Amino acid sequence: MIYREAGDFKTSYRDDSQTFPIRLDRWGYYAVLAVAFGIVPFVINDYWANAVLVPFLIYAIAALGLNILTGYAGQVSLGTGGFMAVGAYAVYKLMTSFPEVNVVIHILLAGGITAIVGLLFGLPSLRIKGFYLAVATLAAQFFLVWLFNKVPWFYNYSASGQITAPTRTVLDHAVTGPAASAPAKYLVCLCFAFVLAWVARNLTRGTLGRKWMAIRDMDIAAEIIGVDPLRAKLSAFAVSSFFVGIAGALLFAVYLGAAEVGEAFGINKSFLVLFMIIIGGLGSIFGSFAGAAFLVLLPVLLKNLLVGSLGWPTDLAAHIELMIVGALIVLFLIVEPHGLARLWTLTKEKLRLWPFPH
Amino acid sequence: MDQFIFAAEVVLNGLMTGVMYALVALGFVLIFKASGVFNYAQGVLALFAALTLVGIQNGQVPFAHLINAALGTQLHHFGWTVPSVMAIALTALVMVGLAFLIEKLVLQHLVGQEPIILFMATIGLAYFLEGLGDVMWGADIKTLDVGLPQGISDSIETMTDAWFGYGFFIDRLDIWATVIAALLVAALVAFAQYTKQGRAMRAVADDHQAALSVGISLRFIWVMVWSIAGFVALVAGIMWGTKSGVQFSLSLIALKALPVLMLGGFTSIPGAIVGGLIIGVGEKLFEFTVGPMVGGATENWFAYVLALLFLVFRPQGLFGERIIERV
Repeated sequence: MIYREAGDFKTSYRDDSQTFPIRLDRWGYYAVLAVAFGIVPFVINDYWANAVLVPFLIYAIAALGLNILTGYAGQVSLGTGGFMAVGAYAVYKLMTSFPEVNVVIHILLAGGITAIVGLLFGLPSLRIKGFYLAVATLAAQFFLVWLFNKVPWFYNYSASGQITAPTRTVLDHAVTGPAASAPAKYLVCLCFAFVLAWVARNLTRGTLGRKWMAIRDMDIAAEIIGVDPLRAKLSAFAVSSFFVGIAGALLFAVYLGAAEVGEAFGINKSFLVLFMIIIGGLGSIFGSFAGAAFLVLLPVLLKNLLVGSLGWPTDLAAHIELMIVGALIVLFLIVEPHGLARLWTLTKEKLRLWPFPH
Repeated sequence: MDQFIFAAEVVLNGLMTGVMYALVALGFVLIFKASGVFNYAQGVLALFAALTLVGIQNGQVPFAHLINAALGTQLHHFGWTVPSVMAIALTALVMVGLAFLIEKLVLQHLVGQEPIILFMATIGLAYFLEGLGDVMWGADIKTLDVGLPQGISDSIETMTDAWFGYGFFIDRLDIWATVIAALLVAALVAFAQYTKQGRAMRAVADDHQAALSVGISLRFIWVMVWSIAGFVALVAGIMWGTKSGVQFSLSLIALKALPVLMLGGFTSIPGAIVGGLIIGVGEKLFEFTVGPMVGGATENWFAYVLALLFLVFRPQGLFGERIIERV
C-alpha cells in the first residue's frame, strides 16, 4: 500500500472535500480512533491517565480553542488561564447548585458561560489590535483570577478558598471526585476532545472559518469584501472561549479534583497554551493536538530522565526544563515558524512522491 | 482633611512606584523603537541582572547546583566578596555579552519575520533566561545590598509633620530611585539626540532599509540597543531587588510595565515615564479609595483594566505614533 491519491476515485463533491482525501490517512485516522476508544480504556492505569493522557486531552481542547482565536482569527490572547478559570468555577457552581443534573450538561453550560464572558472581553478587539490587544487580554487574566479569589460566593464560602469537585456519575460510572476511575476520566475527556475537534474542523473550513481567516490576514480588506468584523471577531472570541471554558471545567472537575485559582489558572497557564499552539502550529487542528502532546510529554520525559535516571534534585530538573522549553520555542520559531503541523504536512508531501521523487 | 492628607501621601508613594514601573517600561520602549521587537524578556533581564549582581558580589560559583548534581562535588562559594561598584561593572559586562549572544543566536535568524513571531521568541527567551538564572545562581530568595540608603526618610517625616501635623512615610530608596531614574532618562535622551551612535539608533528606528543604505550597521545597533536595555534592566533590578529581595516575582514587574507601555504608547520615551506615573498613582489611589470596599488587592488588575479602557478611546496610547493602516 503506497501513500498516494492515485486510484482513489472521488465520485461526489462530498468525497472530494473530505478532511482526509488520501485513503491511507483515512484508515490511519480510523485506526487511531479505534485504539483510543476500543483498546486504551481497557489497558489504561492511574499513572498513564493522570500523568499523560488526561492532561493531554484537556490541553488539546484548550489549544484548539486558543488556535481558533489566534491561529484562525488572528487575535492574540493572553487570557486563556482566566477563561479556563471561568469554566472551572462555572462548572463548580453548577455541580453544587444542581446536583441532580448530569455533569456533562454542566460542563457544556460552563463552556457557554465562558463564551459569554469571552464575548465581553472580546469587545475591545474591535478597537484595539495586535500587541495592544494581547496586552489588553491580560486585563481579563488578572481581573478574573482576582474576582474568583475575592468573592466568596464563587467558592461557596469554603474556609480554604479552594474549590473541590463533588462525585458525579455518567451512566453509573463516577467521572469526578475521588471515586473516579482512570478509564472513566479518560473516556469523558476523550469524548469531549473528539467531538470538539470535529466541531472545530468543520467550523474552520466552513463560512465562519473563512471569515475568521480573512480577518486574520487583513481586517480592513476583509471588511471591504463584505466580512463583518464585529461578527467575525466576536464569534471567534465566543467559540474560542467555549472550548477553553470546557477545557477549564474538565481540568478542574476531572483532572485536578480540587483547585485554587491563582495556582491552577495563573498567567503561566495562558503562556503554556500559547506555546502549545506555537509549537504545534498556528491555524491547524492537528497542530493543537501535536503541541499539547509535546508540552505534556516533555516535562514527564525530562523528569524521568533527570530525576529518575540521573538522580538530580527535582528543583534543578524543573529549572532545566524551563531552559529547554524556552530554547525549544526559540528554535522552533527559527527553524519552523509554522510548527509541528508544517513538518507533518511536509512529510506527507514527501511521502506522496516516495519512492520516486522527481 | 485627614483623608486628604492620607490621599496626598498615597499619591506621593504612587508616584515613586510609578517611577519604578517606568524604569522597566523604558527598556521595552528602547528595544521596540530600535528593532520593532516587543521584548517580553525585559523583566526577566532585570531578574537575571539582579541575580548575577548578587552572585558576583557574594562570590558564588556559577552553576554550582548543576555541577554538584552531575559530578557529586560540594561547590558553592569561591570564598571572596566583590565590592559593589566592581560587581555592578562586571554585571554590566555580562549584560553586554548577553545582548551580543541574543543578537547572534536569536534575532539574527529572525530578521524579517512577523512582529508576533519575534514577540513569541522573546517569551521563549524569557523562559530560557529564567531557567538559566536559577540554574546558574540558585532559586532561593536573595537580599541585594549595594549600599543604597533604605528605610523611612526622617527629614521628610519631620518636615511634613511640621506642616500638616502628620508625618508622611516615604522610603529613602524610592527617592533615590526617582533621582537615578531621572538621571538615566536624561542620559538616554542626550545619548539619542547628541551622539553619533544615538543618531544612528534613531535612524534605524525610523527605517531599517534606509539606515542600511547609508552605511549604518544594523547588527551593531541591535547589540548596542540590547546592551542599553540590559543596563536599564540592571538598574531596575538593583532598585526592585533592594526593595523586595531578588526572587522570581521580580520578573513579574515586566507584566506591570505592559499597561504602562499601552498607556504611554510603545514608541515614546516620555510616554513610558508619564504612563508609569499615571499607573503608579492610579492603582495606589484606587486601592486606597475603592480597595477596602471590594476586598483589596486591586493592584493586581487595576493597571490592565485602566489601560484597556484608555485604549478603547485612544488605540495608540498617549504619545504613540498615530496608527495608519493601508490596504
